[in-house]
Amino acid sequence: MSSVVSVPGTGAIRALYAGNARAVVARSLQATRSSNWAVVVSGFFEPVFYLLAMGWGLGSFIGDVTLSTGTEVPYAAFIAPGLLAVSAMNGAIYDSTWNVFFKMRFGRLYDAMLATSIGPLDVALGEIVYALLRGGVYAVGFLTVMQVLGLNLAWTAALAIPAVLLVAFGFASVGMAITSFMKTFQQMDWINFVLLPMFLFSATFYPLSVYSEPIQWVIKAFPLWHAVELIRGLTTGALSVAMLGHTAYFLVMIAAGVTLTTTRLRALFLS
Amino acid sequence: MSADVTTDEPAMVTAALGAAVRPRRLGWWYIAEHQLRQMRSYGWTVVMTGIGNPLIYMLGIGLGLAAFLTVPVASGPDGPVDYLWFVAPALLVTAAVSVTTEEFTYTVMGGFRWRRIFWAMNASPVSPHQICTGLIVAVTLRMVFVSTAYYALMVAFGAVGDVATGALLVPVGVLAGLAFGLPLLAFSASLTEDTGQFAMVQRFVFTPLFLFSGTFYPLATLPGWLQWIGWVSPIWHGSEVGRTLSYGAGSDSWPIGAHLAVLVVLAAVGWVIARRIFVGRLR
Amino acid sequence: MSQPVISARGLTKRFGDFTAVAGIDFEVPPGESFGLLGPNGAGKSTTMRMIGAVSQRTAGDLRVVGLDPDTHGPEIRSQLGVVPQEDNLDAELRVRENLIVYGRYFGIPRSVCATRADELLSFAQLEDKAKAKVDDLSGGMKRRLTIARALINEPRILMLDEPTTGLDPQARHVLWDRLFRLKERGTTLVLTTHYMDEAEQLCDRLIVVDKGQIMAEGSPAALIRQYSTREVVELRFGSDRNASAAEQLAGLAERLEVLPDRVLLYTDDGERLLERVAHAGLHPTTSLVRRSSLEDVFLRLTGRSLIE
Repeated sequence: MSSVVSVPGTGAIRALYAGNARAVVARSLQATRSSNWAVVVSGFFEPVFYLLAMGWGLGSFIGDVTLSTGTEVPYAAFIAPGLLAVSAMNGAIYDSTWNVFFKMRFGRLYDAMLATSIGPLDVALGEIVYALLRGGVYAVGFLTVMQVLGLNLAWTAALAIPAVLLVAFGFASVGMAITSFMKTFQQMDWINFVLLPMFLFSATFYPLSVYSEPIQWVIKAFPLWHAVELIRGLTTGALSVAMLGHTAYFLVMIAAGVTLTTTRLRALFLS
Repeated sequence: MSADVTTDEPAMVTAALGAAVRPRRLGWWYIAEHQLRQMRSYGWTVVMTGIGNPLIYMLGIGLGLAAFLTVPVASGPDGPVDYLWFVAPALLVTAAVSVTTEEFTYTVMGGFRWRRIFWAMNASPVSPHQICTGLIVAVTLRMVFVSTAYYALMVAFGAVGDVATGALLVPVGVLAGLAFGLPLLAFSASLTEDTGQFAMVQRFVFTPLFLFSGTFYPLATLPGWLQWIGWVSPIWHGSEVGRTLSYGAGSDSWPIGAHLAVLVVLAAVGWVIARRIFVGRLR
Repeated sequence: MSQPVISARGLTKRFGDFTAVAGIDFEVPPGESFGLLGPNGAGKSTTMRMIGAVSQRTAGDLRVVGLDPDTHGPEIRSQLGVVPQEDNLDAELRVRENLIVYGRYFGIPRSVCATRADELLSFAQLEDKAKAKVDDLSGGMKRRLTIARALINEPRILMLDEPTTGLDPQARHVLWDRLFRLKERGTTLVLTTHYMDEAEQLCDRLIVVDKGQIMAEGSPAALIRQYSTREVVELRFGSDRNASAAEQLAGLAERLEVLPDRVLLYTDDGERLLERVAHAGLHPTTSLVRRSSLEDVFLRLTGRSLIE
């Protein structure tokens, strides 16, 4: 870190960041181990229930689905990557919004942390890393289920793990930035009003082609659609150049989210 | 001095006897009033979820999934029915049920433990069983609102067969909500601490009941060993009644009375137990 | 003499094998300010809950406003104002709404609740906080709001369980002032406390409770007169020397108590005693002469300090 100190203009960053996000992650892991591990583990089951209920039940009426690349896949193989993307989104959003908000407003945990040498950026990064760890474990679990059920159609499915982490990072960094503007629980509820339509409309359960062109463009503006398409391409092996675009979408999202979060934290804690 | 004794004692007693008449009769309503006022503090959420969620589901299922499904999924007395007709009653019932996963969990924990408001109520002339009833009445009213809003949107989207009999979906949704919610209320009232039980209920009770209750396709589509989930599920029983009211019963349906009986029994048992737990805890 | 508003005979509460209240007798006449003084776990709160008709007695007889709590709970509670130890305000409602909603529990019409709420806000010095959120109030303000809430039904008896625990000194004095005004208006006050100064400030009469039993009863001044001396000398010799110094001090005072951190000497003339201590060749690191308090009464009665 010492080399960073000499760079002019990094003083503000130094005040925010002590290079000790590890301590924040370690606390979260410890808290998980000692209190809410059952809740954390249970998060794995949610997409599995959806996969079984929709993939098998509804799938029996649907048969095969044509992907955007023209490939035909069974319905369960179609929605499984969609559910994986959704769970990455939900997990990351939950951890970066509700969880952070609760700690900030009620647990007063951050006040205690910030009284030590730890800076707000350590807290932000620590929480995001913890969220990613959780998301990564869920992703591995869900991909294992998919493998057992024969829903991974290509070796590229293994790449879905880094893809899920990328997606989760994107949602978590933006989620945290949004949380830093929130003042009441009621405002937090609004987040659900953005998540629910994304969940239902982003080609999770049926292809985008059922919609007219203008509606398709609206949906394509939202991040979940990019996540679904990216992960679906990898698990079904229907690769395309568009996937680079989806990746780029999330890289931009991460950059914007982290920048905004840092700015906000500086305003909140160091004013 | 003796005059003092004879006049003073009855005055004190008479005042007390008179002051308790109204609370003894209407205490439950005062509690409901309080709970409704509390809901106003998150009134926007109540209204937005009440109207926003059905709107999104109607659009997502009606314009999306229904358009994508080319084969008929379910049938009424006159053959295959529109997919949206089939799904909409289940969604309405689920919306009513999901109100209770919030109001009969965190609100109860708040009343007993976090904010301790039930203890404040308890010190007033209102009695513990009235606190329990008042809470139920307030939540029922919220469910009435949610179900009514849902039904209005269903009609707007043409998701109902017979609009007149279909209107009974509102009370059916509320009944299903109570059939799920009152046993949940009893459970919540018995907890002294939240160590994630509510999240577990959401995940391992509510979500599976929602997904495996013949919500998106007939229960018979599921393998036999999973169909019991529907039989114990207020969502399935409520949905089946709702479908019958909307477009008539399919050939393999249970009689409507059987569904209603299950719902009534679940709600009644939950209510009796919840009441007992409230009284036991506050006395 | 008027009929007592509360009378207890052999009042007993057992939880399984544990006896929280072991057959106590007392009466509270109207308009009196009556205190239950004792350490944590003495049975004060249990007694309050029985008077408040929210906990059934195991044995004995209890009458509140002339009625039996077992059969007339709602009637009795309609005449009480209860200020619990832990605030239980509704944080989702605004300050004024808290009063109105609570008044409704008593079946009071909404318009009457509203008028009384405004009066009580002014009494509690919270007029400018009427629209504030409960969570934004200070500890002292929350307490005053809780007291205002307890007064919404114009209660015959106001019951306060540890009213000033956790408040800073200034907030305590503000609160005492408000309670004193209520007392002047003739409201019967029943309060528990483990603070001596509070009991001395507010109570006309009190019972000292320990392990579910009444150890003594009387006005604060009478209790001090009966169980203590006029003055107390507090000497500190350093924690490891107190005990040995106490041996040398024996005989100098009427009575002597050795606490872990200090030695207490009971006498009617503190200054003279101090001189004699110096003559005896003892040199405490600090010394203090003060008037006897209920703390000393409690120490005398139980051999224990009240706040441990």
